[in-house]
Amino acid sequence: MDFITLIDKSVLIVIIFAVSLVTAMYSTYGERKIAAFFQDRLGPTNAGPWGLLQPLADGGKLFMKEEIIPDQANKALFILGPSIAMLTACMTSAVIPWGKDLYFFDHNIVLQVADVNIGLLYVFGVVSLGVYGALIGGWASNNKFSLMGAIRAASQNISYELAMGLSIISIIMLTGSLSLRDIVEQQAGFNWNIWYQPLAFLIFFVCALAETNRAPFDLPECETELVGGYHTEYSSMKLGFYLFAEYINMFISAAVISALFFGGYNFPFMNSIGLSSNAIALLGVGFFFIKILFFIFLFMWVRWTIPRFRYDQLMKLGWEILIPLSIVNIIITGLVILIKEGSLF
Amino acid sequence: MLSISQGLFYFLSFISVLFALMVILAKNPVHSVIYLIVTFFCISGHYFMLNAQFLGIVNIIVYAGAIMVLFLFVIMFLNLNHETEPKTPILAKIAGAICGGMLLLLVVAIFNDTQLIYAQNPNNQIGLIKNLGLVLFKDYLFPFEIVSILFLAAMVGAVLLAKKDDKTKQSDII
Amino acid sequence: MQPTHIPIDYLPIFMQFIFAFGFVATTILATHFLGPKRAGKSKLEAFECGIESVGNARSPFSIKYFLTAILFVLFDIEVIFMYPWAVNFRELGLQGFVAMLIFISLLLVGFLYEIRRKALDWE
Repeated sequence: MDFITLIDKSVLIVIIFAVSLVTAMYSTYGERKIAAFFQDRLGPTNAGPWGLLQPLADGGKLFMKEEIIPDQANKALFILGPSIAMLTACMTSAVIPWGKDLYFFDHNIVLQVADVNIGLLYVFGVVSLGVYGALIGGWASNNKFSLMGAIRAASQNISYELAMGLSIISIIMLTGSLSLRDIVEQQAGFNWNIWYQPLAFLIFFVCALAETNRAPFDLPECETELVGGYHTEYSSMKLGFYLFAEYINMFISAAVISALFFGGYNFPFMNSIGLSSNAIALLGVGFFFIKILFFIFLFMWVRWTIPRFRYDQLMKLGWEILIPLSIVNIIITGLVILIKEGSLF
Repeated sequence: MLSISQGLFYFLSFISVLFALMVILAKNPVHSVIYLIVTFFCISGHYFMLNAQFLGIVNIIVYAGAIMVLFLFVIMFLNLNHETEPKTPILAKIAGAICGGMLLLLVVAIFNDTQLIYAQNPNNQIGLIKNLGLVLFKDYLFPFEIVSILFLAAMVGAVLLAKKDDKTKQSDII
Repeated sequence: MQPTHIPIDYLPIFMQFIFAFGFVATTILATHFLGPKRAGKSKLEAFECGIESVGNARSPFSIKYFLTAILFVLFDIEVIFMYPWAVNFRELGLQGFVAMLIFISLLLVGFLYEIRRKALDWE
């Protein structure tokens, strides 16, 4: 890896970081506006035109607030909890392919931080570490509500991780690769995986909702039972990290869903409109972001439409419905591929 | 003069040994778990440097991501406080030291007998998931099926342990 | 000939880690110094809806969570075994499919046992 590539990568890392932070910030704005729309209200209006500066005001406020660490809390772990949540949220974006390669002056810019062989497993590895953020923070707070929220969050996350991992296997059977770049490349044009794997998409989407702790799966932080859940005792930017990590995770989940099932940066007729390869690459990035924004909207739509599950219903859905369903999906996919290849009959 | 990969190797090894020591020296069991997670990360780093990419990421997913969550649950479940921590009797400490010493002796003896095999070509592709899968499902198919029986036994055992007293009502606190 | 994958592919991920770590550390430090500090005894107590907090918060919880975690570890390993199979699905063909069917059916036996013993019920 030469020096210029390293500079490329550093710039790309910084850009992706900035983009995911800004998207997360404006998702909070979007969330409030969309909630307002669904409930026939106005939402934030005061900060700037249409309240557009609201996220900045919120961010600034979180920076300037007093940092409270309870007496009974374990100080080091109390700080570690939100840091882990934020760190894992920031790491997932590394393997997502944002667009086709760009060519400038004989120089090839890859719009992906790292195209590793095990890309999809990397995503799962980082997601599986996200559990610690809630678990450690909730335990360190030494508060009954926090502990309950943390344990609920951990149980829920690990349960839905299984169904998520299983639902992806049918996609891998189709593509024969774990690299997200390969998976996206095989969906060129309009040949998206959603047409072949609608069931896997449905399972994956439900699991993504549960993994990001969004309603209807927001039991770890449901106000009516657990005050604020695992972040009851948190204040200042540490609370901000927990909330922010949730929105970054939502952005990344939307990106992974678009890449796995909706062709990522591919768009219909991309090879027949006769544009230069750079133009198609840039247009692809645009389409990718439209898809991502659509899924973020879908996440919010679900949140403001469907009421919260009961805890036993949530665990039942994860273990007794989604896991068997994804195993059935794997077997069906296997049979169909074998019949198509002619090795069964 | 060390090459970059050699330097990285010594760095990772140093960190992993350091954190492994901190696992056993930490007073708070939750801290121990976190140090152990860092140790697993360093070991995964070693796997990646050997180009055993699949093993490296599986080490993170299974050990750092799954088994350590279980450890953390157990530790939180046991509710270890300063007030409730039992005093270790001297006899137990001596017994522990003897057992540990024996284990150390065994490990040293094993290392004395092994012949070190150095990685011939660190960039070979055998550790990639595709090649590993072919070997697993062609040459080692039977052991693979046996593993599933092992899983079945573990599953039944777990359920038996946790659901031992069906009649006595469990006090569900949360 | 498939493209070669070498350890240096992971260098950018490491760079991103350093970047993210720096960001998190600076933000935590910055807010530590920026905010006001007016500590009080009742402010630093654990929140319990306004009433005096009773007992230790770290009380034992239901064994169900523990059982869920054990079963998660087992299932997670089984799922990991499926990945190398899925990647090679076309090469392995019918033989691999049958092998995986046996594996999955043993998994399902365990799964059914759990459901029959109500290990996954939360009532």
